[in-house]
Amino acid sequence: MDVSAEVLSNTHLSSDYNVVALAAPEIAERALPGQFVMVKTGDRLEPLLRRPFSIFEVLRDRDRTIGLSLLSKKIGPSTSLLFDTKAGDRIQCLGPLGRPFAPVAAPDEAWMVAGGVGLAPFATLAETLRARNITTTLYYGARRADELFFLDRFARLGVELQLTTEDGSRPDPGLAGGTIAPVPARGRVTLPLERDLKARSTGAAVMVYACGPEPMLAAVAKIAAAYGRPSQVSVERVMGCGLGGCYSCVIPIKSAEGKPHHVRSCIAGPVFRGDEVVW
Amino acid sequence: MNLSVRIGSLMLKNPLIAASGCFGYGTEYSDVVDIASLGGVAVKGLFLAEREGHPPPRIVETPAGMLNAIGLQGIGVHRFIAEKMPELRARGAVVIVNICGTTLQEYVELATILSDVEGVHALELNISCPNIKEGGITFGCSLHGTGDVVAAVRKVTTLPVIPKLTPNVTDIKSIAKAAEDAGADAISLVNTFLAMAIDVETRRPRLSNIVGGLSGPAIRPIAVRMVYECRQIVRIPIIGMGGISSAADALEFMIAGATAVQVGTANFVDPLIWTKLLGGIQSYMERHNLTTLSDLTGSLDISAREKEWISS
Repeated sequence: MDVSAEVLSNTHLSSDYNVVALAAPEIAERALPGQFVMVKTGDRLEPLLRRPFSIFEVLRDRDRTIGLSLLSKKIGPSTSLLFDTKAGDRIQCLGPLGRPFAPVAAPDEAWMVAGGVGLAPFATLAETLRARNITTTLYYGARRADELFFLDRFARLGVELQLTTEDGSRPDPGLAGGTIAPVPARGRVTLPLERDLKARSTGAAVMVYACGPEPMLAAVAKIAAAYGRPSQVSVERVMGCGLGGCYSCVIPIKSAEGKPHHVRSCIAGPVFRGDEVVW
Repeated sequence: MNLSVRIGSLMLKNPLIAASGCFGYGTEYSDVVDIASLGGVAVKGLFLAEREGHPPPRIVETPAGMLNAIGLQGIGVHRFIAEKMPELRARGAVVIVNICGTTLQEYVELATILSDVEGVHALELNISCPNIKEGGITFGCSLHGTGDVVAAVRKVTTLPVIPKLTPNVTDIKSIAKAAEDAGADAISLVNTFLAMAIDVETRRPRLSNIVGGLSGPAIRPIAVRMVYECRQIVRIPIIGMGGISSAADALEFMIAGATAVQVGTANFVDPLIWTKLLGGIQSYMERHNLTTLSDLTGSLDISAREKEWISS
């Protein structure tokens, strides 16, 4: 479904992170956690193509779905346009697309691992897991504490937070919904993840979900596998169309014959089992 | 209003064809688009065997365009027939199968196999992919190569044979003529322009294949010129393409000499572009009192311009 969606708001979280709310209820109503939309801001010829974005929030007004939001980090021309968009602008939005996360069932636990803007798909996943009464932890890493966003949102959903910052900086204590935000560990988000996987007896079932830079995904998939845990990772590849038409966004997947097989991350993903990807 | 166009023995209900390599096998789009409403669907290039293609990154954007070096990843002709053709038939798509070979014999074998498949309406010969070293382009870059492939395929099929020409040659007109002389029913032009983009910070090529094919609005004026030039030389229909993103762009190709057009990159930007293109063509026909769209083909007016009176 392709919608010319009105921008309801554009909230700048920092000098490069923003959240754009779009009036696209038709897409939001169908969206499952981990799915994405293909977005084009304006009708310019440069950048020419749409960009994939995870659906961050499904926006509701009482019981009515009014749209969805995108969490974006300014890294290039398309995300710059999205950073500068204004309420009332229109953005072309195609979706929902792709294979979503498979949520676990109780008594399994869910450990979500987010790096930077990779936080995006976990807001809706956390809601789905909450509705299923799943014990959920968010391992969330950023460069600095002022790039850890929406801690209160996850805390309100009963998600336990495990934070890391690469420089060791600490977020404002009030950020986790009035409770004291946990002190982040210095370093990469895989540190507390590995510590906890090691500490956890092998009996209790844990599903590891991850979204973030590809080296992080590779590390998470390897660590999860090393401790005998399944993982689901949401990859981001350079994508042309989002519908399987162009074969740009392929990722090598292990095949029975042993030789890696290129599959399209737009329609076979963006969520893959961590152990099926050739990292 | 008659939008139909004729490509050899094949009548298309309208001149809009989804370009090979830009529309998967057609089935990927069947939930989004009524693929039977298109004039035709040129499916992704097929070899006899499956191919993995090039490693990513496979595309990069450039001003008003994009480069691709997919490397013809594909499921091979046998899986295509078994897995994709049933749906394409059921949905009533006019299927144009794009075939690629590393040898003359492979083109012949593909053509022989596909000629017996119900629902295959035409064969487009890919002799122009700039991204793979073996076969294909080595035929399309020479007069003999082009003639040999067309003649060999011509012998084994009654389907319309449509070689797709590369613009990466000194004189596309002579290649077009060689294709016609060898028995082609029509020619498709143009494939992408060999191009390159570099990340200056890392000094790395932006594509894993180093070079790739440029498509999109950036190439349109060159493609229009090539269609115009070929129209002067050959009598067989031309299927024009290169950066078409609006009805006016499609009409421009037709006026330059194209009988039908293919749309590729614009379909990535807007998968619902087809009804917009068709609507735009219809409203143009109304404005210009055209009842038969094919009358537009090659209707470029190069008579002396009357001087307009410009009041000062």
